Amino acid sequence: MFAAVRSVLIRDLMLAMRRRADVLATLIFFVIVVSLFPFGVGPDAELLRVLGPGVIWVAALLAAMLSLGRLFAGDYSDGVLEQLLLTPQPLAALALAKVLAHWLLSGLPLVLIAPVLGLQYGLSGEALRILVITLLLGTPVLSLLGAVGAALTLGLRGGGVLLSLLVLPLYVPVLIFGAGAVDAGLSGMGVEGHYSLLAAFLLGALILAPWATAAALRISVE
Amino acid sequence: MAINWFKYSSPASFYPLAGRMIPWAMAVGVLTGVAGLYVGFFVAPTDYQQGESYRIMFIHVPAAWMSMFTYIVMAVWAVAGLIWNTRLSSMMATALAPTGAMFTFIALWTGALWGKPTWGTYWVWDARLTSELILLFLYIGFIALQASIDDPRRAARAGGLLALVGLVNVPIIYWSVKWWNTLHQGASISFAKAPTMAAEMLLALLLVTLAFWAYTIAVALMRVRCEILESERQSSWIYETVEGLR
Repeated sequence: MFAAVRSVLIRDLMLAMRRRADVLATLIFFVIVVSLFPFGVGPDAELLRVLGPGVIWVAALLAAMLSLGRLFAGDYSDGVLEQLLLTPQPLAALALAKVLAHWLLSGLPLVLIAPVLGLQYGLSGEALRILVITLLLGTPVLSLLGAVGAALTLGLRGGGVLLSLLVLPLYVPVLIFGAGAVDAGLSGMGVEGHYSLLAAFLLGALILAPWATAAALRISVE
Repeated sequence: MAINWFKYSSPASFYPLAGRMIPWAMAVGVLTGVAGLYVGFFVAPTDYQQGESYRIMFIHVPAAWMSMFTYIVMAVWAVAGLIWNTRLSSMMATALAPTGAMFTFIALWTGALWGKPTWGTYWVWDARLTSELILLFLYIGFIALQASIDDPRRAARAGGLLALVGLVNVPIIYWSVKWWNTLHQGASISFAKAPTMAAEMLLALLLVTLAFWAYTIAVALMRVRCEILESERQSSWIYETVEGLR
């Protein structure tokens, strides 16, 4: 089973490396969305410092949505997905491998570039540290939950818009505690609670979401 | 005597049963609705703090209750359809969704109208308002997903899975929003501790709630009959049961 998981993971990573533009586009989308907000609300440094964590988190949500559409679409159109369904290995494990690849390609780059964007918003070193940790804990949840939606909307008309309609409301808890952690940390309320809750979301999603994704893939492909 | 509970899980035997139930549910809905609104608007005493504007609560509170309860019922039907592969269960879920969304919208709308004279603003990011808004999004997602799938079997099962995912998430979302609210702003408005209610107010609330229940049942059954007609249009029993089709 682990061999199968590894080969799915390596295959997805290799495919993405052959088409780097897709990966970069998500990252650049993230950077552009975050950079647009100061034009909308004005360059007031104090205001931007308050808005920063929330803006970065919302942009991360949108960037995750953008890349989720491609999670299964390629495999669905060229028939690979049907072969994955036929393999003796548990589909949930293979789905998890694909989600992991998705996070490595679209989640992790966002986490790495977020401190730079945070500096643009004048966040302090402590705030940046909290922001990176929450993103590190939260973005895998976005990939895991999003995979269920991506599998459900496979091959449907208006799949992308529909996907965001299904998945974005489910992201609310992650957004609340991800963006809220920075505020809580800076106001001295302690962030351990936020970390714990985000980690709990991650563990819960890690256990449940692959099964739901596998079930959704079976529904969509049959 | 063993009762065959699954007899009415067949669309052919449920269709006429639903037809017989609709007038009764409608009658109960109209009678309790008129009675409840009469008690609420004319009999119940004026609130000493909020004046007359509190009376919108007689629509708002039952609608909010129905919006949450309908989601649970809808999800249970959808999951039952997923587990036992019964078409009728999935159709019930599909039929309940628009009514649930409507009640969610009514609860938000009447809440805004009540908030303006009472709180001085149409909208606050209160935990209850926010989670009700997210509930509306969940309903819309369910309806939109089913609407965009042409194959009815896939639509039923995809909707079932989505409702199940939603059901797991609803408590998480609710508590997150609650904590978020207490973290971000002090309790500017507390209506958790309501003053003790006059008996007439309680009576009106319960009557209108009953009316909304009966309305939901009637409308869901009507919609389920349409669903049955559409999905069973190939089968012969329809032409024997429904007159004037051929």
